[in-house]
Amino acid sequence: MSLLLPDLESEDGAEFWAGTSRGELLIQTCVSCDTPRFPPRPMCPQCQSLDFSWRQASGKGKIWSFVVVHAPVLPAYQDLVPYSVIVVELDESPNLRMVGNLLTRGDGPINEIDPNTIVIGESVEVVFKKVEDVALPCWMRSKK
Amino acid sequence: MIKDQVVIAGIGQTAFGKNLPDTELSLACQAISLALDDAGIEPKEVDGLASSVMELNREVDVARNIGLGEITFFSQISYGGGAACGTLLHAAMAVATGQARVAVAWRARKRSAKTSRPWAQMPERISNHWQWSRPFGLLRPVDEVAMLTRRYMHEYGANRDHLANVALAFRKHANRNPAATMYEKSLTREEYMGARWISEPLCLFDNCLETDGALAVVLVSAERARDLPNPPVFVHAGAQGLPPQHQTMTNYFNDNPLNGPSWTAARQLWRDADFGPNDLDVAQIYDAFSPLIPLSLEGYGICERGEGAEFTNNGALEWPNGRLPTNTSGGSMSEAYVHGFNLILEGVRQLRGTSNSQVEDAETCLVTSGEGVPTSALLLRR
Repeated sequence: MSLLLPDLESEDGAEFWAGTSRGELLIQTCVSCDTPRFPPRPMCPQCQSLDFSWRQASGKGKIWSFVVVHAPVLPAYQDLVPYSVIVVELDESPNLRMVGNLLTRGDGPINEIDPNTIVIGESVEVVFKKVEDVALPCWMRSKK
Repeated sequence: MIKDQVVIAGIGQTAFGKNLPDTELSLACQAISLALDDAGIEPKEVDGLASSVMELNREVDVARNIGLGEITFFSQISYGGGAACGTLLHAAMAVATGQARVAVAWRARKRSAKTSRPWAQMPERISNHWQWSRPFGLLRPVDEVAMLTRRYMHEYGANRDHLANVALAFRKHANRNPAATMYEKSLTREEYMGARWISEPLCLFDNCLETDGALAVVLVSAERARDLPNPPVFVHAGAQGLPPQHQTMTNYFNDNPLNGPSWTAARQLWRDADFGPNDLDVAQIYDAFSPLIPLSLEGYGICERGEGAEFTNNGALEWPNGRLPTNTSGGSMSEAYVHGFNLILEGVRQLRGTSNSQVEDAETCLVTSGEGVPTSALLLRR
């Protein structure tokens, strides 16, 4: 069994994943009321408009929370434990949060960061990690 | 309003264990049959059924095995651990509105087989909402709850000692309950602190059990209950809860992810109740993971926002002297994990006066289903 990856053709996710493959972090934004939303969906919950566009986010955010995953996990992840998973709050809006991994380098494994050094609130910047045909939005610590 | 119109007249449960030899269908039928015997009602009188969407035993099979009569109401409730109280609420509404006269709600599960765990059955390419979390290795329910737990600890100063308070209290109750999986296994704070991590900040003992077993309840009108053998346990109030912008399990994408479904269910639950959170004699709170207890204590208004962890100090959850004896049969963490249905039966036993950890003169009990998923809750009274 391999790693769990998104279906690049899914109804809600296709545009987002096409963006990450180009190195862009795209946030779905309502054309009528200008409200950004994540995860993507067909209708704006503010004004019920079906019209939306995709806006490139700054790719900057702060760690909102994190966990350190230990065994038992799915076989494909077994050799990676313990590894951390973070939730990042984007600088654009506190309502825009994404699950991701904190990496030491853009193509690094998810278990390279020492979890004991992770701090809620620290600044991170997006990187796009290639896994098979997917570019996963991951995060590196912002340079001070 | 359903207030006190419907009574839980019968309860039944199978043994709890790992790798029970009986099939899931057999377990369901045994539990329902025991509940009907307890209620003193013939199977052919049952005309309403309510169960979980995750229940694998279909109504047609249950009815054909037990010999139920003409079924005029059947419904299922979604969202796994959030469903149990909802099945009783729907059954109670059916009885209160005359769509059914004798309604059965049940849950049967063979969970201990590793292959039965939903998170272990993901397709390799994900097209639903899990595509926003699983590709990053956030795989299991415990990981998803640990993420909220870390944030909760950060915002409100909760720590592992508080979570240990929860695990130890429920284990003590299980040690008094011969039906509990952990009846003969004690747990110390040292053992808790030394346990292996599952998903930091949660360790092994912050997790519920994996259990095979089945439970059922029988609901009838308060009027009908007067002719039945058991002391009546009234469904005083019930509610479901799905808050705005909620996402099941990975509820990270809204204004305040720590305001979970319990907050929504609570507003409806208390709206028409004749008593309030401070009047509860005992509580059975969904505990697939220990942090759901402080979160639910806050959500259901038993304490203020951010005070749930502190609430667990000084044995507050423990029978007999705690402020609010909670999960008095051992709960999901130490009795059995059957999607929280065992919490309902323990609530009934408390109000009948037949619990192994009986709260003296208990008159009111809160029972909740899973926080972290669209949920449901009940207020029971005698």
